[in-house]
Amino acid sequence: MKLLKDSKRALLKPHLLSVEDLSIPEVDILLNKANFYADANKQKGKIEKTLKRSTVITLFFETSTRTKTSFELAAKRLGANSIGINASASAIKKGETLIDTAMTLNAMHADVLIVRHPDSGAVKLLSEKVNCAVINAGDGTHEHPTQALLDALTIKRNKKNIKNLNIAICGDVLHSRVARSNILLLSKLGARLRVIAPPTLIPKNIENLGIEVFTDMKKGLVDCDIVMMLRLQMERMKGLYVPSTKEYFKFYGLDHEKLKKAKKDALIMHPGPMNRGIEIDSSLADNLDRSLIHQQVEMGVAVRMACLEMLTLGIDK
Amino acid sequence: MKEAYINAKILDPHKNKEFIGDIIIEKDKIIDVGPNIHKKEKPKNYTNIHDCKNLFICPGLLDMRVSFGEPISEHKAAFAGGITTVVCLPNTDPVVDNVSVAEYIQRKAREVSNLNLYTYGSITKNFDGENLCEMGLLSKAGVKGFTDATKSIENSAVLKRALEYSKAFDSLVIQFPEDKNLANDGVMNEGEISTRLGLAGIPSIAEVIIIERDLRLVEATGAKYHVSCVSTAESVEAIKNAKKKGIKVTCDTSPQYFTLNEMAVEDYRTFAKVSPPLRSEKDRVAIVNGLKDGTIDAIQSDHMPQDEDNKRLPFNNAEKGIVGLETLLPLSLELYHNKSLSLLDVIKKLTKNPADILNLDHGTLSKGSKADLLIFDPNKPFIVNVKKFKSKSKNSPFDKKPSQGKVIKTICSGEVSYPA
Repeated sequence: MKLLKDSKRALLKPHLLSVEDLSIPEVDILLNKANFYADANKQKGKIEKTLKRSTVITLFFETSTRTKTSFELAAKRLGANSIGINASASAIKKGETLIDTAMTLNAMHADVLIVRHPDSGAVKLLSEKVNCAVINAGDGTHEHPTQALLDALTIKRNKKNIKNLNIAICGDVLHSRVARSNILLLSKLGARLRVIAPPTLIPKNIENLGIEVFTDMKKGLVDCDIVMMLRLQMERMKGLYVPSTKEYFKFYGLDHEKLKKAKKDALIMHPGPMNRGIEIDSSLADNLDRSLIHQQVEMGVAVRMACLEMLTLGIDK
Repeated sequence: MKEAYINAKILDPHKNKEFIGDIIIEKDKIIDVGPNIHKKEKPKNYTNIHDCKNLFICPGLLDMRVSFGEPISEHKAAFAGGITTVVCLPNTDPVVDNVSVAEYIQRKAREVSNLNLYTYGSITKNFDGENLCEMGLLSKAGVKGFTDATKSIENSAVLKRALEYSKAFDSLVIQFPEDKNLANDGVMNEGEISTRLGLAGIPSIAEVIIIERDLRLVEATGAKYHVSCVSTAESVEAIKNAKKKGIKVTCDTSPQYFTLNEMAVEDYRTFAKVSPPLRSEKDRVAIVNGLKDGTIDAIQSDHMPQDEDNKRLPFNNAEKGIVGLETLLPLSLELYHNKSLSLLDVIKKLTKNPADILNLDHGTLSKGSKADLLIFDPNKPFIVNVKKFKSKSKNSPFDKKPSQGKVIKTICSGEVSYPA
């Protein structure tokens, strides 16, 4: 990637692979910009086409509706040419290695590559072989940084300040990249994090990340400002981690009764897609006073616009 | 005609002595060892007199766990690492589970070089974990022990039968201890790092659980049993207690388990992906202590060549293994340099001890034994450079590591095999 002379980069690192790549001021820049776009999107205001003449490629090795659409929409709103590659129908199926795919796309001179892959670390491996900016749109059970950023923006717009909020992340933490990114980002922004899950779904030594761990949801929810539910990822499980979804909902599903333990104005989040009746009571998910689930999707586009703009700022397009 | 290596610091693991002296060899045999003995005869009776100028001489190293595959072409790497005897895992294609494959490998090895190459047989046919191999016939064909290589014998009844049956032929059963169900689809050690990286972890108890079960069966059967690739603190403790109790058990480890810990795989470094996985710092220290107190008898390289394409993949899909032949000596010498072991004790774990476990007539300087010698400088500093490896594969996490201890000359069957 060619940097313009006397240009000012907004972000220090060329890629967005992990929340750990971002400093606190960089997170602030991204969230402020995203906040601006969130308002602009709402008012259908005129948005400057800052990514005109840029090419954005989405490369998804896992199926996705919301993240892929969200990125493609973000790219289009900023005036970029965006192309989606369906990895399941491409050369990868014909046995091409990840590195060869990276080299091929690199030769096409894209400006931003947005990648999702079922293996942890795969997006980083790919980023080492290309000259363009790479955004991690989810790698295995490792990270999903733009999801954490959009969650942070959603919280910020509803609670003003993230600092000192009590945030509970509940459910299948073991298989969740969203949980890892959120723990890292929200702790960085000063929130107090806790995870609530059955012991079989808590990753080993997660308390070393500076968070509290609960296996009793009613105790864990006490005093919470934000309750973030995670999807039970049956497709990633080899063998049974919980005996049944019925039992899971009984002890770890969010319902009205358990929610009473949290603060009165506690808000509910979910990265989607939801399993209604497994991790969350259907009527709670639809309760617009408590649930931020639709706002999260809305903020997704704004945050991805900010990421695309900031990553390409100061680069010769 | 005779050759003399004089003024050397001789490390004799059998006599448990270090002294300055000479070694006289004739053809492929050692005929005499001792201080100043070359003067017994006139200089013209020697074809060569090599002044070792206070370099160290010890028996050529014996590496009891390597994967060579076929065709056998790693002998140059072995010699470059000071190794004159290797014992190969039966994980070839086809598996060494019958006499014809065992004989084929030994014959092929003799054709390519004079490296002393032996092979293990598998415990079960094609590593199926159920049906025993012809242990008797394989033993007669020269197989040095039985192991399912990188697979644990899970079925307790099968292992019990293998242990019982092996006694008839005084054979050694070698276990690779990892509970398959606990390891599940794990790719690294389970702990904070695996949590951060989002990689599936293998809990350290997956190892000791197999060892503890096995020890019960060994106690009950009285068979000869050896544990390969010990990597956890709990395993060291279990084996230590068993030895105290008088159970016949021996074990080994590889340099990566006392020189590296799980931090080496951070940033998804697939070159440090090994099986068993690199463990915590607490485990690493326990391995060093196990080597110190004699719980761990031998050090082997677990040499496992992988081509780069199989390593340059997402961590989950990358192959396991390290090429270890050419780093075995310098990495083991770290134990000497950091004062964990004496130089003689390090050499014992690379020569006499594995030879005793496998009942092999190698790794010794006694008169009449094969002239397999290693001349080395334990202090010479250098930087590991995988590009200079003689091994066909370069998959080593130790590239660019500053090290100490260099092979000067490897003599195998009286011939200088390195430098070639």
